Amino acid sequence: MSKEAIKEKSMILQKEMVEGLFNELDRVQETGKKVCYTFVPGNLSELIRCFDMLPVYPEINALQNAMRKKSAGYIKEAERHAHSEDVCTYVKCDIGMMIKGNVGPTGSKIPDPDVLLLSYTGCFTFMKWFETLKRSYPNAEVIMLHTPYQENGEMTPEMTAYMVQQLEQEVIPKMEKVSGVKFDPEKLKKILGLAREAQDWIARIFETTKHRPSPIDAYFAGVYYIGPINIGFRGTPEAVAYYKELYNEIMERVLQGLGPITPEGEMPEEKYRLVVEGPPNWTNFREFWKIFYDMGAVIVASSYTKVGGVYDLGWRHDPDRPLESLAEYCMNCYTNLNIPQRISLLSKLIKEYHADGYVTNSIKSCNSFSAGQLAMMREIEDKLEVPVGFIESDLVDPRYFSYSNIKNRLESYFQMLAQRKFIHETQNA
Amino acid sequence: MKKYYLGIDLGSTTSKAIIIDDKDQIMGRGITNTRANYKVAADIARQEAIYDARFNLLHAKIQPEIQANPNLVKYLEDIRRVFQYVQFRHRMKRLEELLAETVESFRRPDNDVLEQTLSNILQTIGPRIRDGFLHRNLGGQNQFFRDIVSEQYNLEVSAVPPEFYEPLMLAFDKSITPVENEMFTQSFEELVYEAMRYLNEKYQGLADQPNAGAQDDWYYAELNSSSKSFKSIERTLTQYIDDVVKEEIHIANMVGTGYGRALLPFPEDCIMSEILCHAYGAHAIFPNTRTVLDIGGQDTKAIQVDKHGLVTSFHMNDRCAAGCGRYLGYIADEFGLSLNELGPEALSATRETTICSTCTVFAGAEVKELLHNGEERPNILAGLHKAIVQRAMSLLARSGGVRNEFTFTGGVARNQAVLKYVTEMVRESYGELTMNIHTDSIFMGALGGALFARKGMIQTVPKEVAAKAS
Repeated sequence: MSKEAIKEKSMILQKEMVEGLFNELDRVQETGKKVCYTFVPGNLSELIRCFDMLPVYPEINALQNAMRKKSAGYIKEAERHAHSEDVCTYVKCDIGMMIKGNVGPTGSKIPDPDVLLLSYTGCFTFMKWFETLKRSYPNAEVIMLHTPYQENGEMTPEMTAYMVQQLEQEVIPKMEKVSGVKFDPEKLKKILGLAREAQDWIARIFETTKHRPSPIDAYFAGVYYIGPINIGFRGTPEAVAYYKELYNEIMERVLQGLGPITPEGEMPEEKYRLVVEGPPNWTNFREFWKIFYDMGAVIVASSYTKVGGVYDLGWRHDPDRPLESLAEYCMNCYTNLNIPQRISLLSKLIKEYHADGYVTNSIKSCNSFSAGQLAMMREIEDKLEVPVGFIESDLVDPRYFSYSNIKNRLESYFQMLAQRKFIHETQNA
Repeated sequence: MKKYYLGIDLGSTTSKAIIIDDKDQIMGRGITNTRANYKVAADIARQEAIYDARFNLLHAKIQPEIQANPNLVKYLEDIRRVFQYVQFRHRMKRLEELLAETVESFRRPDNDVLEQTLSNILQTIGPRIRDGFLHRNLGGQNQFFRDIVSEQYNLEVSAVPPEFYEPLMLAFDKSITPVENEMFTQSFEELVYEAMRYLNEKYQGLADQPNAGAQDDWYYAELNSSSKSFKSIERTLTQYIDDVVKEEIHIANMVGTGYGRALLPFPEDCIMSEILCHAYGAHAIFPNTRTVLDIGGQDTKAIQVDKHGLVTSFHMNDRCAAGCGRYLGYIADEFGLSLNELGPEALSATRETTICSTCTVFAGAEVKELLHNGEERPNILAGLHKAIVQRAMSLLARSGGVRNEFTFTGGVARNQAVLKYVTEMVRESYGELTMNIHTDSIFMGALGGALFARKGMIQTVPKEVAAKAS
C-alpha cells in the first residue's frame, strides 16, 4: 500500500466540504451557531439546516478515528470507565473520545452539543448512547423522535401521521427553542428540493455499477461517496455540485471502459461482481479492501451505502409534502426495513447488477445490521442460487479484525466462486 | 513414465500429504506435526508419503507370492516399523549431539555431573524407544518425534536431582526445535536396508522354536523355524525392493492447501483453499456427501457440497478455537493423558458432566473445580467431548444444517467419543441419515488437493460443463 491515492476533482470538493463543516464547528463560540448531535440513519439534516444548526455525527467521528488508528485507545478508555466489552464499539470510541477531551478526528475539539436529536429509534443502542451523552451534557436539550419499525413491510398513513405529529409538537418547537430561529416552511421546502436533487444524482451514481466493468466500487469507494449526503450536506447546493461532478467523472470512466480506482490505482480486471451486506471494518479498511481488489472482486452494490437513505426504489424527499417526507425518510432507512424487505432489496440488487456472489460482513457489535443476517443469507442463497460468503469483523475495535481469518475465508470463497462462475458461464455460453 | 499427483494439507497441528496415481487411487500417505518451519513440515509429509507409496508398491508386487509365503507380509510390516525407527534414530542422533553441545555451553561449575546426567538419560531412553518401535508399534500410534522424545525425556528428568531439572529442561527446549526443523534426506533404499540390518539383529537373537512367550515371539520363532531362516524371506523381498527403489515416483503436479498454504513453497496456482479440498476429498470417498464437517486442530468447517463435490457454501469458526483439536490437546494436558486416551476414557463415563464454559482456558478451570468436587474423570471428559460437538453443531446449523449424506473428517474424527456425540446429535437434530467416517478422515484435505492437482479446476466441474468448455 505504498502508492499515493489518486485524487479526483470530486474528492477535492468533498474534502473542502468536510473541512468547511469542521471549521464551522471550530468557530461556534464566535458565530454562536448551535450544535446538534444526531445519527446517520434517519438523520434530519434538512431540518437541522433549516434552523442554521451544525450537525455532529458521533458514529462518523468513531469511524474516522478508527481510520486514523485512534479508536483502540478510545475504546480502552471507555472500558476503563466500565463500558463492557460487548457494548457497540462506535459508542465506546465516542465515549472514550469525550473522556479524552472530545478532540475530533481532525485534531480540533468538537463543541459540546446544544441538542441531542434522536431521530431513529430502531437501534436500541442509539437510545442508550444518548442517555449516556445526556449525563455528560446535562444542559443539552434532548429531542426524541420515535420512528416506527416497518414491521409489516410498509409505511402506513397512520405511521406517517404519528411522526408528523411528533415533528410538529416535539421536534420543531424544541429546535426553535434551542436555535432561537423560527421555523420557516419555505426554507425547508427549498432545502428539500436540493436534497431531492442530490438524491437523484446519488441514485444515478450507484446505478453506474450495472456497467461492465463497473466503473466504481459501490462499497469501499461507496462509503466515501455517501459521505456528503449522510453528514449534513443533503439539501445544499454544494452537495448537488459534488454529486454532479462525481457522476460525470464516473461516466467518463464508463465511456473509457475503465474499472474502479483503488488505493493502488486502477483495478486491471473485474473478475467477480459482488453484493455486500453489512458495514465495513474501519480499523483495517484498506487491508480489507485490498483482499477484494487483489482477487479482482468489485462490489457492485451494498446495503451499507443505503444506511443514510434507500433511494434505489424511487423514494425521494418531497418539497410538497415536507414533514411527511421527513417522516418517511426516517422510516425508510435500511435498518428500519423488515427482514423480508431487506431480502427483497438485496435480491433485486443481485439480479439487476448481475452479481456473481453475495458476501455478508457480520459486525460483532452492531445488532441493527447483524440480527437476521444469516437467515437473510440462507434465503437469498436458496432463492437465487448465488454463492454466499460470510465473514466476521467489527466496526472500530481493531481487536476484532483478524486479517488472516478474513483472508482465509475470502480466499476460499473466491475459489468457490471461480468454480461456480465457470460452470454458470459455460452452461450459458 | 507413470505420473503421480501430490496434495499437501498444511494444518495448524499436523501436515498431511497424499499421493495419488492417474486413476485417483491413493498410493501414499504422509503425516507429521506442523512446526515453526512450514517448508520442512511440508517436505517431511511429502517424503513420508513417497516412502509410503514405495511400501505400497512393494506390497502390490509381492501380492502373487503372498499365498505361498504369508510370512512375507509380516516381514514387510516389520520392516516398516523398523524403517520408522531408523528415521527416528537419525533425528535422535542429531538431538543427542545438540543436547550435549547445549549443556556444555552452560559452563556451570557442576557441568561435568550435568553432562553425565544427560548422558545417562539418553542411554536410558534410547533403548526404551527402540523397543517401543521394534516391539510395540510405537510408530503407528500417531505420535511424532517431539511427542515420543519429550514424553520419555520428561519422565527421566523428573527423577534427577532438583538442581539439574531446570538446565536439562532448558537444554531440551533449546535443542528440540532446531532438530525438528532440520530436514534429513535419506533414500528409501538406504533406509530400508538399514531397517533390514536391524531386523537381522533382532531375528538372530530369537529362538528357533515357539515357546510360551508373547504372540510376537512365537511369530518370530515360527518365522525362523518354518522357513528354516528368515534369510530366505529376506532374499525374496530384496529382489522386489530393488525393483521398487528403481521406480521413479514422478510427481507430475501438486496442490497445497490448509491454513499454512500461503507459506508453502508452491506456485500460486498450485495453492487451493482447504474448504474446497476437504469437500472434494470427502466427496471422492463418499460421492453422495452433501454436508461435510471437518474438525481440525484450530478450526472447524461446516461445508455444503453439491452432487459434483463442489462447495455451495461453508462456515468456519472465528475468533475462538474452543471445540477444535487444540481444545482436546489442552484438556489432555490438564489430565496428564495422551490424546489417544481421551476418547476411550470419555466413552467409559456413566453420565456427561455439564461443562458450561465454551472457552478452552475457562474450561480448564472448570475441570479443576469439578475434580475438586469429586466428579469422576470419565464423566468430565464425556462432558467436554459433548461440549465440543455442541459447538460444531451450532456451526453446522449456521452453515445451513445437515443434508444427507453427512461426512465427518479431520483429525478429531478419529476420537471415538467425539464420533459418538456427533452421531447422536446429528440424528437428534436432522433425523436418520447416512453418516460417513473414513479411516483416512485426517487426509481428506490432502486427498482433495491431490485430486485438484491431477484434474485441474476445469475437470472438477460437472462432466457436461467440462465437455462444453473444452
